[in-house]
Amino acid sequence: MPEPLLEIHNATKIYRGGFLRPGQQLVALQNFNLTIPEEPATITAIAGESGSGKTTLANLILGFISPTSGEILYRGQNTSTMSPRQKLEYARQVQAVFQDPYAVYNPFYRVKHIFDLVIKNFGLTSSKQAARDLIEDALKMVGMRGEEVLEKYPHQLSGGQRQRMMVARAYLLKPRLIVADEPVSMVDASLRAMILDIMLKLRDQQNISFLYITHDLSTAYQVCDDIYVLYQGSIAEKGDTVRVIENPKHPYVQMLIESIPVPDPNQKWNTDVTLPSEEELRSQVDTGCRFYPRCPYHMDRCLVKQPPLIQMDSGDHQAACYLYDQTTAENQSGVMEKQSATKTE
Amino acid sequence: MTVTMNRTKMDNGPAGVPKVLEVQGLRVHYATPSGDVIAVNGVNLNVYEGETLGLVGESGCRKSTLAMAILRLVQPPGRIVSGKVQIHGIDLIALSERELRQVRWNQIALIPQGAMNSLNPVMRVKNQIAEAIVTHQVQRSPQELKERILRLLAMVGLPGRVYDMYPHELSGGMKQRVCIAMAIALTPSIIIADEPTSALDVVVQRVVAQTLLDVKRTLGVSMILIGHDMGLMAQLVDRIAVMYAGNIVEIAPVKDIFAEPLHPYTQLLLASIPSVKERKPLVVTEGLTHDLRRPPPGCIFQLRCPFVMDKCREVVPPLRELRPNHYAACHLY
Repeated sequence: MPEPLLEIHNATKIYRGGFLRPGQQLVALQNFNLTIPEEPATITAIAGESGSGKTTLANLILGFISPTSGEILYRGQNTSTMSPRQKLEYARQVQAVFQDPYAVYNPFYRVKHIFDLVIKNFGLTSSKQAARDLIEDALKMVGMRGEEVLEKYPHQLSGGQRQRMMVARAYLLKPRLIVADEPVSMVDASLRAMILDIMLKLRDQQNISFLYITHDLSTAYQVCDDIYVLYQGSIAEKGDTVRVIENPKHPYVQMLIESIPVPDPNQKWNTDVTLPSEEELRSQVDTGCRFYPRCPYHMDRCLVKQPPLIQMDSGDHQAACYLYDQTTAENQSGVMEKQSATKTE
Repeated sequence: MTVTMNRTKMDNGPAGVPKVLEVQGLRVHYATPSGDVIAVNGVNLNVYEGETLGLVGESGCRKSTLAMAILRLVQPPGRIVSGKVQIHGIDLIALSERELRQVRWNQIALIPQGAMNSLNPVMRVKNQIAEAIVTHQVQRSPQELKERILRLLAMVGLPGRVYDMYPHELSGGMKQRVCIAMAIALTPSIIIADEPTSALDVVVQRVVAQTLLDVKRTLGVSMILIGHDMGLMAQLVDRIAVMYAGNIVEIAPVKDIFAEPLHPYTQLLLASIPSVKERKPLVVTEGLTHDLRRPPPGCIFQLRCPFVMDKCREVVPPLRELRPNHYAACHLY
């Protein structure tokens, strides 16, 4: 069996110090596991609210920070023990596209500069003509032409154009994986589709996998193959995107999907959601399920130990919730009924 | 030409409801070395008592500029070239700076974009809200002030202990609600909220949206809600104005817009809403295409319009009432 492209084993990231009180710690990511296969290329969504650990995960993969424990394997090679040469190759094969297309450009340079830099840093070519061809090819992939944009300054381009250029820059290096951290949250609805479409094209035609980090479940649903929904650093639910979104099992994921505003004025929100104020103040439950304070179905055992990922009835779909633990037989059927009743409301 | 034509027509609101805000022929230009950019192109808008008007469009369509122009807060190189902004009959554009300060916040309040990041990090919540009240209104006794602030916090669903807290102790949603409390501190007749829920995750977004609805219900305040999330608009607003490149291209009650979008741009906006109900092919479109300094003659949307005709390249389509209370600027009809 071939090695997976990227494998994360029990990664945990704990922040200490800084503004935190002495002894206080913040678990940003806990025992996180993820596998992205070598073939075929896939788009994997990492979804969750702010503070759920999405960006920590991206930073770990991109090597900006290192895990407190656990390991990240790229084609079987632990990223923390790579030789400098392997590191450079890893940096080429794993690219990033960030959230804010306004902040990533240096306003004093023409946009051509971002391409020149990568070509120079990775020594892609020394010939001017070859470099130009590479850039044109990359821009063509995102539906742009060099003569239209390269000589411009960043402020002369729209947000959508800038974000496409960032994808082109990543593509220029012929990566195997692009970590896209909220790539469409700052572009508009009508342009969002274009960027998502480019992701699909790169996956299908160029065999490039994506880790699509987002808080927007609807765009994840439209383009992603697999999804991991995080809640305060742990996986709440994961699996095939269509299965998870169409039939969410974890109470948190159910709440998330229910809260997405329905684009239909005849179908208004009818119930009020409230957040317990403790929850809003981000105090964390140290033991047990992190979602306990907000969960409508919480049980005593949820406080004892964090629930493991439990396999759902069909296929590739797991949720970290004791509601589905076969060993809690007694009240389970009752709860499940209650749950399906609220779902159909 | 279109400006005067529309004005008389659009004066008739829904039966008997008085107008709170009336914007007429508002123009904002930005000076650049190579000529003026027309940011807001003769916009006419009415907001009636107790209604929420949604202002939608992609970024760069100048929704925020329009909001700032209504408050007369356009910064250079931008300038208001012409037009009227009347609140209860007072034209803000004609007021002196001092008179304006009386009206702003007392009559019209703003929740700016990214408001939650505009709180002063070294000031307790109580002092920030107190400041908003004291600068714009007569002095009150400390006791009165405290009671007022606690009432405001309760109104936006925040616990009383927030009163003594610093912004960094609050979550994004709570900070956003502090900003709403500041906006309603002086019971204005109209609030302009610029993307009040962007950068919040869906559950918190929903809590903040509910707060806005509650505030509107309790105070009967009118609102202009700026955003690009059509789903949120469907949930929150009564009427929608669709803006494209500085022009209002369609304005109608929210149900009518969703039932029958008339302008091709509105149709495009609605088609590109990602759904969690069905997986469908993406609708891919280009963004703004023309040079804002030199808008093409005729319709502003012609370069992206799938139904473009010869007439669109020559004549500017006026905003016309095509269905009852449903206005659109398009030659198709």
